[in-house]
Amino acid sequence: TMPNSYPALSPEQKKELSDIALRIVAPGKGILAADESVGSMAKRLSQIGVENTEENRRLYRQVLFSADDRVKKCIGGVIFFHETLYQKDDNGIPFVRTIQDKGIVVGIKVDKGVVPLAGTDGETTTQGLDGLSERCAQYKKDGADFAKWRCVLKITERTPSALAILENANVLARYASICQQNGIVPIVEPEILPDGDHDLKRCQYVTEKVLAAVYKALSDHHVYLEGTLLKPNMVTPGHACPIKYTPEEIAMATVTALRRTVPPAVPGVTFLSGGQSEEEASLNLNAINRCPLPRPWALTFSYGRALQASALNAWRGQQDNAGAATEEFIKRAEVNGLAAQGKYEGSGEDGGAAAQSLYIANHAY
Amino acid sequence: TMAHRFPALTPEQKKELSEIAQRIVANGKGILAADESVGTMGNRLQRIKVENTEENRRQFREILFTVDDSINQSIGGVILFHETLYQKDSQGKLFRTILKEKGIVVGIKLDQGGAPLAGTNGETTIQGLDGLAERCAQYKKDGVDFGKWRAVLRIADQCPSNLAIQENANALARYASICQQNGLVPIVEPEVIPDGDHDLEHCQYVTEKVLAAVYKALNDHHVYLEGTLLKPNMVTGGHACAKKYTPEQVAMATVTALHRTVPAAVPGICFLSGGMSEEDATLNLNAINLSPLPKPWKLSFSYGRALQASALAAWSGKAANKKATQEAFMKRALANRQAAKGQYVHTGSSGAASTQSLFTACYTY
Repeated sequence: TMPNSYPALSPEQKKELSDIALRIVAPGKGILAADESVGSMAKRLSQIGVENTEENRRLYRQVLFSADDRVKKCIGGVIFFHETLYQKDDNGIPFVRTIQDKGIVVGIKVDKGVVPLAGTDGETTTQGLDGLSERCAQYKKDGADFAKWRCVLKITERTPSALAILENANVLARYASICQQNGIVPIVEPEILPDGDHDLKRCQYVTEKVLAAVYKALSDHHVYLEGTLLKPNMVTPGHACPIKYTPEEIAMATVTALRRTVPPAVPGVTFLSGGQSEEEASLNLNAINRCPLPRPWALTFSYGRALQASALNAWRGQQDNAGAATEEFIKRAEVNGLAAQGKYEGSGEDGGAAAQSLYIANHAY
Repeated sequence: TMAHRFPALTPEQKKELSEIAQRIVANGKGILAADESVGTMGNRLQRIKVENTEENRRQFREILFTVDDSINQSIGGVILFHETLYQKDSQGKLFRTILKEKGIVVGIKLDQGGAPLAGTNGETTIQGLDGLAERCAQYKKDGVDFGKWRAVLRIADQCPSNLAIQENANALARYASICQQNGLVPIVEPEVIPDGDHDLEHCQYVTEKVLAAVYKALNDHHVYLEGTLLKPNMVTGGHACAKKYTPEQVAMATVTALHRTVPAAVPGICFLSGGMSEEDATLNLNAINLSPLPKPWKLSFSYGRALQASALAAWSGKAANKKATQEAFMKRALANRQAAKGQYVHTGSSGAASTQSLFTACYTY
């Protein structure tokens, strides 16, 4: 067990990974998670009455990626779905190039969805390890410098079980190790769903257990922490919990959980929005960045729905609306860029899509 | 696994533990490890040709503890051996009362030495869990507020083995849990001893694996990290390593290892001196505090030999040397306090005892 005589990475490989990670979470920047699978996009598009075709998905991503230089200061990375990585805009320019030309790092979702763990109460692990190394090598050639893999855990009377925690932590560590071998920064996402009526403390307890297991697994698998990012849930009550908590309470529970489990070597924590409304996601991130506890990592966003809901709503599949839709996206991006620095003062408006809860029960994408 | 319905500690208990821990390492203060067992004191006294009697041990500790009150600016805590907790000065005043009146927190060594792990290459675990709760409760009544438990791992062929790492981490976590139940802050000491000819990188690798296992075990055992302190080895080359390293190299390797494994919630890391000379222990601590890496915990000292070597030499068993002994001790205490703030300036005038290596092969006390 003992030799460091088999280092997983050379110093040059480590530097490359660390530099990529730091670029993504540079001060004031976060991630646009635009990696919705075909199935997830179906749900989004059906909400605005748009047919789920490859062309519509292309047109929609074009709305986001045609954002002007204002996004350079608040978006450090964009996560793509496989299909999108090879799509082009109306002028034939690959989306990858457009994003890279803005100085934004390109990422790719590499997991292949959840599968059941037999003998558990409906728990899952995530597949996608087979041939992952070859896929990563190809993605790296095709412009991707980071990847994302989502594991899912849920809170009930008896879950997450020890098996679910261990298995998901292990699969995340294997994924992370393989990514790093191929020059790709792994974003490690152990999402604990907000489904349920549990309170804030319960979520905090579970989050601490899950993250401790994740970091032990990463250590066991010789993953270079400085070349990773974490994408966790914020610590929140369950969606059906009758108690309401303020952003400050959420921030305190979240930062406490992270301080107890995430080593300072991790350069950034990029929260998922998990069904929070756009405004909630911004207010909570802002409170996290104003939390009085010392925070040695960047605390920023990796938002899907919470960056796109208003844009999607403004677009509604109409090309005439594209400009306005892009503006909605830029607006949320800038707001979250401020929240990532604790500088967001709040919208003061009860905007329609912004406040509407984006919760979809038992979300899987 | 899931219930936080069984919280290990109440909010009041957590607050007490957290406050004790922070007091010990406040403002550059560190710890005097004066908990040498009878056998170990025998080794120390033999070097200065003093007989190892209870009275001689008492006299030496009296000289240290009756030093001027200003010692409380450098020393936040003192670890005692059981015998010493109940000893008095020549006026009949309990040592623990003297220390408390100086505002110094009193600690106690709790482990009961090593026991072999069969089937390993001479590795050990540590005994002392039996009746530990009752012992802790009594010590708390007797004025003690923190405990110390030293686990030992070594670098050699097939060492440290997985078993040794897991077993020692588990024992440390049990000890820590029991301490906290009884209002004592546990100092967690997983020492990777410097015996051997391994290089700095190898020590770093091993230290990272050991610390990752320790923090996973602490999490599994529901230990409240904010109410603990860590006492690790610095990362150094082995004693028989041909290559010599600068304090900056030691600092970089040490802080890198810590920042990959020690959660920010841990308030303080108090290094053991492990056979380094007094001056090296100070220079290394200073370099550690000047390290450019993020350091969210206090980085201080818990020194035995490296605080007492000059004092012992000055004393040589003679009451007439009391003042010289106290001056020697005070000088090292101040030097280390400065080092804990990254402000130590090496004067270049160190006596023989202060640069003399204090290494004793395969040190156990």
